Amino acid sequence: MKLITAIIRENKLDHVREALIESEITRITVSRVSGHGQQIREEIYRGKIVIPELIPKIKLEIAVNDSFVKTTVDTIIKSARSNSKGEVGDGKIFISPLDECIRIRTGETGGSAI
Amino acid sequence: MKGINRRSIFAIAALIYVSTGSILAADGNHIDTGVTAWMLTSTALVLLMVPGLAMFYGGLVRTKNVLGTMMHSFAAMGIMAVLWVVVGYSMSFGSNVLGGWFGWNSDYFLLKGIDQNIMDAGVPEYVFSMFQGKFAILTPALIAGAFAERITFKGYLVFIAVWGLLVYNPLCHWVWASDGFLFNMGAAGAIDFAGGTVVHIASGISGLVAALYLGPRRGHSKSAAAPSNLVMTMIGAGLLWVGWFGFNAGSSINSGLLTAQALTATQTAAAAGAMTWIIIESLHQGKATALGFASGILAGLVAVTPAAGVVQPAGALALGAIASGVCYTAIMVKNRLGYDDSLDAFGIHGMGGIVGSLILVFFIRESWMQNAAASAGGAWTVWQQFGVQAVAVAIAIGYAALLTFMIIFAINNTIGFRSSTEAEMFGMDHTYHGEQGYGMLNPR
Repeated sequence: MKLITAIIRENKLDHVREALIESEITRITVSRVSGHGQQIREEIYRGKIVIPELIPKIKLEIAVNDSFVKTTVDTIIKSARSNSKGEVGDGKIFISPLDECIRIRTGETGGSAI
Repeated sequence: MKGINRRSIFAIAALIYVSTGSILAADGNHIDTGVTAWMLTSTALVLLMVPGLAMFYGGLVRTKNVLGTMMHSFAAMGIMAVLWVVVGYSMSFGSNVLGGWFGWNSDYFLLKGIDQNIMDAGVPEYVFSMFQGKFAILTPALIAGAFAERITFKGYLVFIAVWGLLVYNPLCHWVWASDGFLFNMGAAGAIDFAGGTVVHIASGISGLVAALYLGPRRGHSKSAAAPSNLVMTMIGAGLLWVGWFGFNAGSSINSGLLTAQALTATQTAAAAGAMTWIIIESLHQGKATALGFASGILAGLVAVTPAAGVVQPAGALALGAIASGVCYTAIMVKNRLGYDDSLDAFGIHGMGGIVGSLILVFFIRESWMQNAAASAGGAWTVWQQFGVQAVAVAIAIGYAALLTFMIIFAINNTIGFRSSTEAEMFGMDHTYHGEQGYGMLNPR
């Protein structure tokens, strides 16, 4: 089991979510986050160009069985890229091992709980 | 004053007060400070409805569109107020030109000829003009509810400017100017006290046409667009209720008996509408929602708008209750049909306006009917008045629908009206304004 964490652009959430559902990945958690990477985003505030220190992004967390990792990652990459080449600021995907998964309702554990 | 620009109500007010002789300035040159003070207050109250509407609509859209949606109301305060001063007042309250399509009076161009004018009601004409100007601001802002979350800001600005000139001003002229053809229809004119046809039917129908032409928001059929802030919507609904006292009671252009009658009818219908809505909702869906209460307030207020000058409290109770039932049904039907009138501009303003304008005939106070009979030279029945109302409603619907379609078609095929998919997903706040409404959502 793996935990896939993806940081994506705010405006790509609908694309990514719809693409994941199409690939039958339907169990996801979404949150608003802020952070900084390579991207520099200029904003105009009262006529002055300012560079906010933290840029808003969306974080997706998806727990999957090993056989679904590739589909999930490919789907996110495809749907979260700004255009065919991609742009700085499109985000990142982290994959980490997942020790256990427990469904609260039934208490079942492991791959079948995902 | 040339004595040609009077709102329907002057005639009625004159009838009521002529016996006392103390309210209307005889030579038209004396300011009645009581009336003027109330009209100034009413003008401010109607203006308060515009930020109220901004909050009502802003709270109902998604987080990413809150500023863009509030800007629809605020932009109307800018653009419509400018146009009103330049040509709007003249087009609405000047004398018939082009076969009565709209009015014109060169004295009213830039309001330059009314600097010293005191109207027969004892009110400086500036006050009357500014009061009427607030209606011209509110009406196009109401339409924005129908196509919220999916239009370009630039397209919207052009739309309301052209709509104000070609739809609002002519309708206002027909219904409220003393030589408007609806003002003079039947025994005592089509009854539209404060804007059932001019404001609510016009905006509601235009909204429906726009919503149908522009199509639904992305993903509309699959997911509900969750309101960003219902607390703000409730505050907005409250401000609208308060402001409506200026809207309706101010439309008496007086500070006396008729004002009191309109104010009482307004309060009564709003309360009846709100209570009816949550009762229907409780029976139908099991819960009384805050948004339902707010919607009921609006349904009641919209329905009593054309009727406030002619109905007594019992009639106002009935109008509010009936309007809530009809508007609730209209929204259910909308959900069934699947078109995207985002914030129910048609469901509440269109349907509420139609119901109020038609049903009011069954609740007209007797003295009004007697006066109508006298001016008809004998008899005037409820059904004859119903016919007049139906014609006025049909004309407002037909004219607003046709012109709105032409304007939107022209704008969408030139500078663009419908947002791109990308802009819609990013949200109007970021795309058109480069800002975000809820700064606290993300750490910065």
